[in-house]
Amino acid sequence: MINWRVIFSISKTHLLSRIKQTSIAALGVTFGIGTFIILVSFMTGLNGLLDGLILDRTPHVHIYNEIKPSEKQPIDLYTKVKDAFTTIASIKPKFVQAKIHNALPLMEELNTNPNVKGAIPQLNAQIFYISGSIELGGNLVGIDILEEVRLFNFEQYIVEGSPQALKNNDNGILIGAGVAKKMSLHVGNTVQISTVRGDLFPLKIVGIYQSGLAEIDNIQSFVNLKTVQRILGKPQNYITDINVKLFDIEEAVPMSKRIEEQFKLTAVDIKTANAQFETGTSIRNLITYAVSITLLIVAGFGIYNILNMLIYEKMNDIAILKATGFSGRDVKYIFIVQAILIGIVGGILGLIIGYSISVLIDSLPFETEALPTIKTYPVNYNIWYYVIGISFAMVSTFLAGYLPARKAQKIDPVEIIRGQ
Amino acid sequence: MGSGSILEARNINKYFTEPVLFHVLKDINFSVKNGEFVSIMGKSGCGKSTLLYILSTMDTDYEGELFFKGERISGKAAEALARFRNEHIGFVFQFHYLLSEFTVLENVMLPAKKLGIKSLEEIRHDAMDKLKLLHIDDQANKLASRISGGQKQRVAIARALINDPAIIMGDEPTGNLDSHNAQNVLNIFKDLVQKRDLSLLIVTHDSDFAAQTDRIIEMGDGNIISQ
Repeated sequence: MINWRVIFSISKTHLLSRIKQTSIAALGVTFGIGTFIILVSFMTGLNGLLDGLILDRTPHVHIYNEIKPSEKQPIDLYTKVKDAFTTIASIKPKFVQAKIHNALPLMEELNTNPNVKGAIPQLNAQIFYISGSIELGGNLVGIDILEEVRLFNFEQYIVEGSPQALKNNDNGILIGAGVAKKMSLHVGNTVQISTVRGDLFPLKIVGIYQSGLAEIDNIQSFVNLKTVQRILGKPQNYITDINVKLFDIEEAVPMSKRIEEQFKLTAVDIKTANAQFETGTSIRNLITYAVSITLLIVAGFGIYNILNMLIYEKMNDIAILKATGFSGRDVKYIFIVQAILIGIVGGILGLIIGYSISVLIDSLPFETEALPTIKTYPVNYNIWYYVIGISFAMVSTFLAGYLPARKAQKIDPVEIIRGQ
Repeated sequence: MGSGSILEARNINKYFTEPVLFHVLKDINFSVKNGEFVSIMGKSGCGKSTLLYILSTMDTDYEGELFFKGERISGKAAEALARFRNEHIGFVFQFHYLLSEFTVLENVMLPAKKLGIKSLEEIRHDAMDKLKLLHIDDQANKLASRISGGQKQRVAIARALINDPAIIMGDEPTGNLDSHNAQNVLNIFKDLVQKRDLSLLIVTHDSDFAAQTDRIIEMGDGNIISQ
């Protein structure tokens, strides 16, 4: 029978009567857990930010017509040389139209799929930005602006103006920040653009777009889908790209394969397009956990050390407890409870300190060209990291306390009492 | 072996193996009756303390049998023996062995809390009673490390009494006290035997002390010489 109240009160007295050592042991845990929380919150915050930078704005499946040579050349169809070794010199790409055939029904079909959050059209056009006699090469993308906002957080990259302003203006343009800077253009100005065929169009700047990637911002601008179709003189079903966002990113690979087979189009899934990205994320997580666990192990050794010393100091107490009827198991629990109390107090303090410093980091200014909408350092306040932190504190202090406590359990009181 | 026997040792043999094999207790047979005040005397190294620790159930590494009120307690598990000590045996040692970080009152209460039969209030009341009995209730809330040697020994006796044991064992309980305090402790022991029908088994060097007990067991070289 174990009388937990007695064990708890003895443990408490032991801890409180040597408050300095107890505090140092607890501070070791506090330091470990606090650092874990700070590291993991900051690292995953950063991961989330970087993921968001690329993944949020990247379609899960991108559908378009790719210019490439036919996989089966005419010679392959010629059965008389089937077993022969054939060479074809100077293969030319197959002529295909840039537009996606039957794009509107295709989109409708995709939008009825339960896995699809949305499939939206884009129309890419090569243009020139005209400034006096200077022509800057560029790229005009026709989009469905409100759908882009809904699916790809487009509004995050509009540093001046608003999505609504573009929606309301058929001649409006969201101009790339790099282009605007080169040509000294501001919201409200008019920019002349020219198509490849040489037709000139004036467009009114309703906003400035900054993705954070200079090579995009220097060439790319956005207008309404209809505006590009009008500039190019194409009908309303003229669409070059379809971007699909799924509810579950894991569906991207099978989905893109199916689209390629079914519609004879090129469909690139996000995993293929951004394979290096996941690697970076998982390595950062690995580093975070490795550092945190190292810290906690160091804290664990501190507790082990202090409890070990405590047991040598408390030999007489242990002997007297055993002589007056406390069993070896009771004595073991007395020391394990001490270790766990140190773990709980130190761990909770660590969570509080970790949270406080995370809040502090969260409020530090962090401004960078690459991330126009981010003003402070990113921090992830996931409750699970706090649960992991306190659990690890308890487990590591339990282990650190268990070995010395077992030693205390095995102490022979007769040897201690005789030894006096 | 009579009906009033509280503690009985039969054919106790004990060997030390370190540093060399040594037969420290040789076929010890004796018993303590209910309400008897017994002292064990002998020269240093004759095995009297070793015998006491075997009788106290703390040392289980021996041959022979031990009976408490006719029940065999040799060979019981360590947990059961701890419980048995807690309930039936009180200890007083030469060195005071109080838990120095606890108050006097807490020291006395601890074995009763471990026993866990009475409520905390009852235990506190009992502990104050025992301290009053030994005239140190005024020190109850002091830390155990802050009182004098004689007072500590009285607290240790109060602690030994808290669970109303059948027998109190002492290993030179007066060995570290001046003659005044030693006499004081002896008087307390005698009082307990008379008033509470307790049995006492005290190991001592002090022949004056032993002379005032009911029976003296004299040991030499691992044997009982006279009893």
